[in-house]
Amino acid sequence: MIKLDISKELRGATGTMILRLNLNIKSEQFITLYGPSGVGKTSVLRMISGLMQPDFGQICVEEETWFDTKTKVNFSPQKRKVGYVFQDYALFPHMTVLENLNFAKAKNQNNSSISDLIEIMELEQLQTRKPETLSGGQKQRVALARALVQKPKILLLDEPLAALDSAIRHKLQGYLKKVHQEFKLTTILVSHDVGEIVKLTDYVYQLEEGKVLKQGTPEAIFIDQSLSGKFKFTGEVLKIQQEEIISVVTVRIHTDVVKVVVQHEEASNLTIGDKVLVLSKAFKPLLYKIEA
Amino acid sequence: MNWEPLLLTFKLALFTTVILILIGIPVAYWLSNTKSRLKPVFETLVSMPLVLPPTVLGFYFLMAFSPNNTFGNWLDEWLGIKLVFSFSGLVIASVIYSLPFMVHPVQSGLSGISRSITEASFVMGKSKWETLLKVQLPQIKPALLTGIVLSFAHTVGEFGVVLMIGGNIPGKTKVASIAIYDEVEALNYDAANFYSLVLFAITFCILLSVYLVNGNYFKGFWK
Repeated sequence: MIKLDISKELRGATGTMILRLNLNIKSEQFITLYGPSGVGKTSVLRMISGLMQPDFGQICVEEETWFDTKTKVNFSPQKRKVGYVFQDYALFPHMTVLENLNFAKAKNQNNSSISDLIEIMELEQLQTRKPETLSGGQKQRVALARALVQKPKILLLDEPLAALDSAIRHKLQGYLKKVHQEFKLTTILVSHDVGEIVKLTDYVYQLEEGKVLKQGTPEAIFIDQSLSGKFKFTGEVLKIQQEEIISVVTVRIHTDVVKVVVQHEEASNLTIGDKVLVLSKAFKPLLYKIEA
Repeated sequence: MNWEPLLLTFKLALFTTVILILIGIPVAYWLSNTKSRLKPVFETLVSMPLVLPPTVLGFYFLMAFSPNNTFGNWLDEWLGIKLVFSFSGLVIASVIYSLPFMVHPVQSGLSGISRSITEASFVMGKSKWETLLKVQLPQIKPALLTGIVLSFAHTVGEFGVVLMIGGNIPGKTKVASIAIYDEVEALNYDAANFYSLVLFAITFCILLSVYLVNGNYFKGFWK
């Protein structure tokens, strides 16, 4: 069980914001912090690992208090047993893959856990390579293996797959799943990717402006609510064309451009650059597979 | 030919560089990590020797270390150290005079290491000391080399500070740059030329080696 009751004033690009969280995470659970950038997701990981100090509050992990402003307990990052996979992987550039893993060992730890990890993460061929010669996906596997060497109590993953293309991301999600099943670690993932969250995690906290906006299983948060067969997208008006009977409005939705037919009086309310909601009831939409 | 001034120059440069490695790295580490509001003040102090005329520095050293002054008197009476017109005085003055040449490259090297790399090491339970030795310093070898070589070369070329605090005592404080001045004043151009040529050749080789190494001409050997 991880008890997290913290408050911290954060300075970001849009001014200051109070991060105020009270989470209880069950042991061995795989949870996600989800939300737009700048809501303090990474800060939560930094405070759990001791790299950042909350202004007030308490962090307890498995009956052990790591941080408490009341009793003035504050374990250094060195004393907290945390595995951390950084967004930029943070591999030591002057060490080979094997040296990176060996460096992560605790003082009197033997080599068996390292050889296990090399096997699980399929790093046999890469052991003597330097990080600069590895691809993004390979670096990620090394970073994940390195975070597990000390058998941490918590695994913290800060958008670990964000920089990778979708095929490799897919493969690495498999590794993450395998690691979680194998080591049964309490895992906290920071992610934007809904597919990834649904695939990997047990529980989601959706953050907004430093607070929990919604929480629940990934299905409850992302899937159930949109089961009505309704398509709903926000877009921007690019062009309005007057035809004889109707008007045609061109709307950009993300990277796609669509044309929507509307009545003249509806079109008269619109100007180019407006944000609009495009919605439609679709009882039997067509689904085409474009990529495995 | 009298090699003594040249040997003395390199002895001074060697002592100064070794002491600067021991002092400069912690200073650079502190400056690259501190959030203190006084940081600009300390940075300015470290950089002062870059712009201050060496004679100014030498003059204040002379004043401070002189046995006629409280501090110099205390050093003499309590510790038995005479820093004026002595080799140890030259070393101390040179260390301060060359401090920015060690601190600046190391500081910018340390600041250039991504924060997550040192944090990754902390999270693995490694102390700041172990992280500095095994993670940070090995990554900034070119900056360390630059700092060491520039400190050495700068000490070899120093004149004003040495003259002010060391004077011109053969075998004790008469380094090559002073010897050149001395010989020119006595119209011994051949001797002056000998010292000058040796200094020119050696400093050229030292600096060339830095540019070769840091320009990756010996790839795989150093980095």
